[in-house]
Amino acid sequence: MSAVAGHSSQTPSLSQRKLRWGEWLLQKGIFLAALVSVVTTAGIVYVLVTEAATFFQHYSLFRFLFGTKWSSLAPPSYGVLPLLCGTLLVTVGAAIVAIPIGLGSAIFMSEYATPRIRSIVKPVLEVLAGIPSIVYGFFALTSVTPLLKHFLPQTQTFNAASAAIVVGIMVLPMVASLCDDALRAVPNSLRYAGLALGATKFEVSAKVVVPAALSGIFASFVLAISRAIGETMAVALAAGATPKLTLNPLESIQTMTAYIVQAANGEAVQGSIEYRTIFAVGLLLFVFTFGLNVLSHRVLRKYREVYE
Amino acid sequence: MSVLQTSPGVNRRRIANRIFALLCMMSVLFGIVLLFLILKEVWDQGASSISHRFFTEPPSRFPEKAGVQSALWGSVWIVGLVALISLPVGVAAAVYLEEYSRKGRLSTFIELNISNLAGVPSIVFGILGMVVFVRVLALGQSVLAGAMTMSLLVLPTVIIAAREAIRAVPSSMRHAALALGATKWQTVASHVLPTALPGILTGVILSLSRAIGETAPLLMVGAAGYIAFPPSGPLSSFTVLPIQIFFWADLPNPGYRGPAAAAILVLLAVLLTMNAAAVIIRQRFQRYKP
Repeated sequence: MSAVAGHSSQTPSLSQRKLRWGEWLLQKGIFLAALVSVVTTAGIVYVLVTEAATFFQHYSLFRFLFGTKWSSLAPPSYGVLPLLCGTLLVTVGAAIVAIPIGLGSAIFMSEYATPRIRSIVKPVLEVLAGIPSIVYGFFALTSVTPLLKHFLPQTQTFNAASAAIVVGIMVLPMVASLCDDALRAVPNSLRYAGLALGATKFEVSAKVVVPAALSGIFASFVLAISRAIGETMAVALAAGATPKLTLNPLESIQTMTAYIVQAANGEAVQGSIEYRTIFAVGLLLFVFTFGLNVLSHRVLRKYREVYE
Repeated sequence: MSVLQTSPGVNRRRIANRIFALLCMMSVLFGIVLLFLILKEVWDQGASSISHRFFTEPPSRFPEKAGVQSALWGSVWIVGLVALISLPVGVAAAVYLEEYSRKGRLSTFIELNISNLAGVPSIVFGILGMVVFVRVLALGQSVLAGAMTMSLLVLPTVIIAAREAIRAVPSSMRHAALALGATKWQTVASHVLPTALPGILTGVILSLSRAIGETAPLLMVGAAGYIAFPPSGPLSSFTVLPIQIFFWADLPNPGYRGPAAAAILVLLAVLLTMNAAAVIIRQRFQRYKP
């Protein structure tokens, strides 16, 4: 950006010469605006990596990754496995809710619904997607947990299951909408061919249409999992604040995201080792979600079946 | 592979077909029913707490006296500032990517970057804001720091929406302007942007409605639960509706569930209004489409 106006000597084309300096300035200005996103990514990576690096100077990476106890009480122990375990519980639970129901909704919308029903169902799912996550957290706390307690009395007030269920409901519209797009991209000729061979609608859907759209469907699952890992408020409200290495979804746990919120709002002194854990956990979270997003893009691009 | 020979096989396939259709229908109903359950739950818990006083009082130590005045104004400040920041930057970036950039490595890189950024969890943006805006730029735990963090968060969606709107402008318009001797920028400013404006606005409003419901990044930037006064300026401390809901719902005292649900109703009403505005703008746009 250090070039001087009018001195575009490399390309002496007419249009370049005639560029007025005001236009030149505008062009550079909007280029800078486009760069803001690149700078943001760089900023995120820089902040997370440098601050986490300081943390790892004081606490070994090995003990962080494989430690089984997370506690800031003396003697502090920052083994991330309990937080990972909490995130895993919520994510798996959310996937169990969102993936089958989302795919089922998508198949209904693209294969069964008339255009009229579709025009009703789709906006309703969009509204569901537009509800802020804090509302889902509230719903988990006031409705889902009491319901779970009713059937399973050993359920704790804060528990992974109730958070997992609402996170599943939250990502469901995304799965449904992306799968619907993928299914609708499958040309009708394939459906007609299956039906003409005497297959039932179920057989056409399950053996022809879904396999043909598999890349898009799988990509949507990966994105949903990534979203569930990064989801914060519903989990912070409903899943509890006790980092615990457990696979029992009825117990109180803590996810990576909920820990970050708690640590940032707690009394961790800025610059202290406890404060720096925010960045170590944040970096791990960023790596996971980024990896899954890249994976989802790859799946879409590599395995996409292109139909005329 | 089953072969159409015997009638029992056909029957089984018919039954499987029915069950499958039923399961798919139930999946859709699940989402719809849940939406109504959530709305009903919030309404049942919160409707009785809504009163004139609820909008004019700050939060209180007593649930029955608590109000959302400071939180509502905080949300208004945040959305206003986010619009002021993200609209020009987002539209400028979209204009660059659609009208100016040559297809090459750099533009591909920027595009990839924007789509990846859209998938980064909001709390990570909060961490960035906490370090860069609150600490390095020394804005403190202020509305401005919160709005700047939130702007970075919504920027990818604003850019993507604005690009779609700009792409929908027919190129014959550009050619016409250029043929009359307009410069590139004159073409963009006088033809492309005005035509794309309704589409851009629709996308921006939808992005802003995301900003209004987001909680985690602002929690990181330091929005607090007990703020008695609306923000007095860009550098004053603040709280917003979702944060107020979080702190109320997080209190052990179940008496605060009423105000929390009532605040959710206010939040949903604001969201509904914004979405309705987006729909209306979209429809007007369609009416004037050639």
